[in-house]
Amino acid sequence: MLDIRNLTAEIDGKQILRGIDLEIRPGEVHAIMGPNGSGKSTLSYVLAGREGYEVTGGSAEFDGKDLLAMEPEERAALGLFLAFQYPVELPGVGNANFLRTALNAQRRVRGELELDAMQFLKLARARMKDLSMPEDMLKRGVNVGFSGGEKKRNEVLQMALLQPKLAILDETDSGLDIDALRIVADGVNALRGPGFSALVITHYQRLLNYIVPDRVHVLVKGRIVRSGGPELAEELEASGYAGDLAA
Amino acid sequence: MNEMSPTALTGAPLGADSFLHRYEGLRQRLPGARLPWVAALRERAAESFRAKGFPTRRDEAWKYTDLAPLLALGFAEPLSSVDDDAALPPSQGGAARAVFVDGRFRADLSALDDLPYRVGSVAEALPRLDGALGRLAQPSEQPLAALNAMLFEDGLVVRVPPGVAGGVLELVSMASGGERPTALHPRHLIRIEDGASLTLIETTTGPEGARYLQAPVFEIEVAEGGRLNHARLQTESRAAFNLSTVYAAVAGGGTYDSFVLNAGGRLVRNEIHTALQGPKAACHLNGAQLLADGQHADTTTVIDHAAPDCPSRQTYKTVLAGRSRGVFQGKIHVHQIAQRTDGYQMNQALLLSPEAEVDSKPQLEIYADDVKCSHGATVGALDADQLFYLRARGIPAEAARRMLVRAFLQEAVEAVEDPAIQAALDRTLQAWWQAEDREAA
Repeated sequence: MLDIRNLTAEIDGKQILRGIDLEIRPGEVHAIMGPNGSGKSTLSYVLAGREGYEVTGGSAEFDGKDLLAMEPEERAALGLFLAFQYPVELPGVGNANFLRTALNAQRRVRGELELDAMQFLKLARARMKDLSMPEDMLKRGVNVGFSGGEKKRNEVLQMALLQPKLAILDETDSGLDIDALRIVADGVNALRGPGFSALVITHYQRLLNYIVPDRVHVLVKGRIVRSGGPELAEELEASGYAGDLAA
Repeated sequence: MNEMSPTALTGAPLGADSFLHRYEGLRQRLPGARLPWVAALRERAAESFRAKGFPTRRDEAWKYTDLAPLLALGFAEPLSSVDDDAALPPSQGGAARAVFVDGRFRADLSALDDLPYRVGSVAEALPRLDGALGRLAQPSEQPLAALNAMLFEDGLVVRVPPGVAGGVLELVSMASGGERPTALHPRHLIRIEDGASLTLIETTTGPEGARYLQAPVFEIEVAEGGRLNHARLQTESRAAFNLSTVYAAVAGGGTYDSFVLNAGGRLVRNEIHTALQGPKAACHLNGAQLLADGQHADTTTVIDHAAPDCPSRQTYKTVLAGRSRGVFQGKIHVHQIAQRTDGYQMNQALLLSPEAEVDSKPQLEIYADDVKCSHGATVGALDADQLFYLRARGIPAEAARRMLVRAFLQEAVEAVEDPAIQAALDRTLQAWWQAEDREAA
């Protein structure tokens, strides 16, 4: 599904990723934990194709294709989804219009029929109900005036509608209370299956109580310094990153 | 005739001379030629125009807009070729419609029956318009008002009686185009009496590629407690010129609410003079401009706060692509008597190209001491974070850009209160995007 080899990247000439190796197989959920500034968000942006991040070495393949050679929208249409740490507000763009445009753009690339407004609304309403989102969030501007929790739920709604093969959740738990956290986790868990993989990036172990990962990696100073099973997250919660930072 | 300077190459007069020449030739045949007050008005206007000609960039009010491309043309008489309604722009949903083709009222294309107010053609109503026509537009003060007074052929005259809700009236100003450039000078008179209201939606347009000038003058009076919602949808040919001048006088408690959409034209100027003359008179002057390569659009507003407790609100948004240029000049004049004036002015531009240019000049002249006036201007490019967010969801770069441009304008459209105008704007913008999409394809 995702195969990253010796990936290095920099921003403004400053090296952030110093050789990442990571393989996620279909159906697996991996977690990346690490202290602030370790390169967690950079990794997610590099994989999603954000401008300003220069890949200086290594490779990243998605479904056997060279991910790094593609435009962001091509990566999305192929089934890569990034849930943003800070979802962007789009004043003047209606949420429903945005979601349908995104869904149909991806369907078009995949040669699937586009959904008309009625079909889309039916689908969106059902997904929103799953996420306990009020229906008027479809009418509002994208993320405009949304609380932190509503923004994160809106990310999960997008994921639920777009049905990606691989979701990268970049600190989706930050700023969520326990109820919102549970709703978000349920949204991810509902997608779990042989056709869905996830990379959960988080600072805290809390989210991983609800989305139990198959593998946990510790990212420090742009390198994965340790990998293990779900128990590694609990260990880090107890002992912190001090030992890894010293290493 | 002889004192006019001939032009060397074609033999036909150009620029200001071409219009003066036309006036000399037509003056016996122009509407109202036998009415002494009309003949005198035209004569005064011609004298003023002869002395001053078109404004140049040396005039402070025309610093950013150069009429040279217009002055390089010679104008011919329009040969009206619209015989059916096939070429008319789509209806904006109003039951009533007044159509002008090449500046002339066309009763056969209009629908003005059974209305609760009086509406008709200026040319026909002229004998009754002494004292009304020319009351607000003074030829001596503005060269374009002089040009229009000299040459007006026709226009819309509306009077909504006291207390009457007039509903939606559409005004279509259409040029039929032709081999040689034509010039049209409509004069529109609108009077909203005490407590009356009207929504006027104007579409001004012509066949794509046609070279012509539409240079209308509006004289608008809103009496006490009256309201005019005035939308102007400018979708001229991209080879055309539109130089519009609006004079609006608002009495106490009345409202003039204007929205101008500039989507067409090669060189466009909308000049709006609003006088708030009684306590709590209000004006909202909003607009959006979509400028593609080669287009120049100038919005110039003057708001005269001449009474206390008057609010004025202005929001203009301009999107500029290619080598286009947008100008906004907004002057707010607060007289000494106009205490508790609340003036707000915002002008925002979105630059899609490094070659586009925008000029913004707010001007506040305040002679009262208890006044709230603010103005702001922003110029920016598309937001990289927003663009990436859309692309990360699978929306191709070009479509993502369009969504953001639309969103930028949407804020201005959403500020429009009148649902009929909002719907008309939506339709016009939709058509503009579809045409852009076809061009891009």
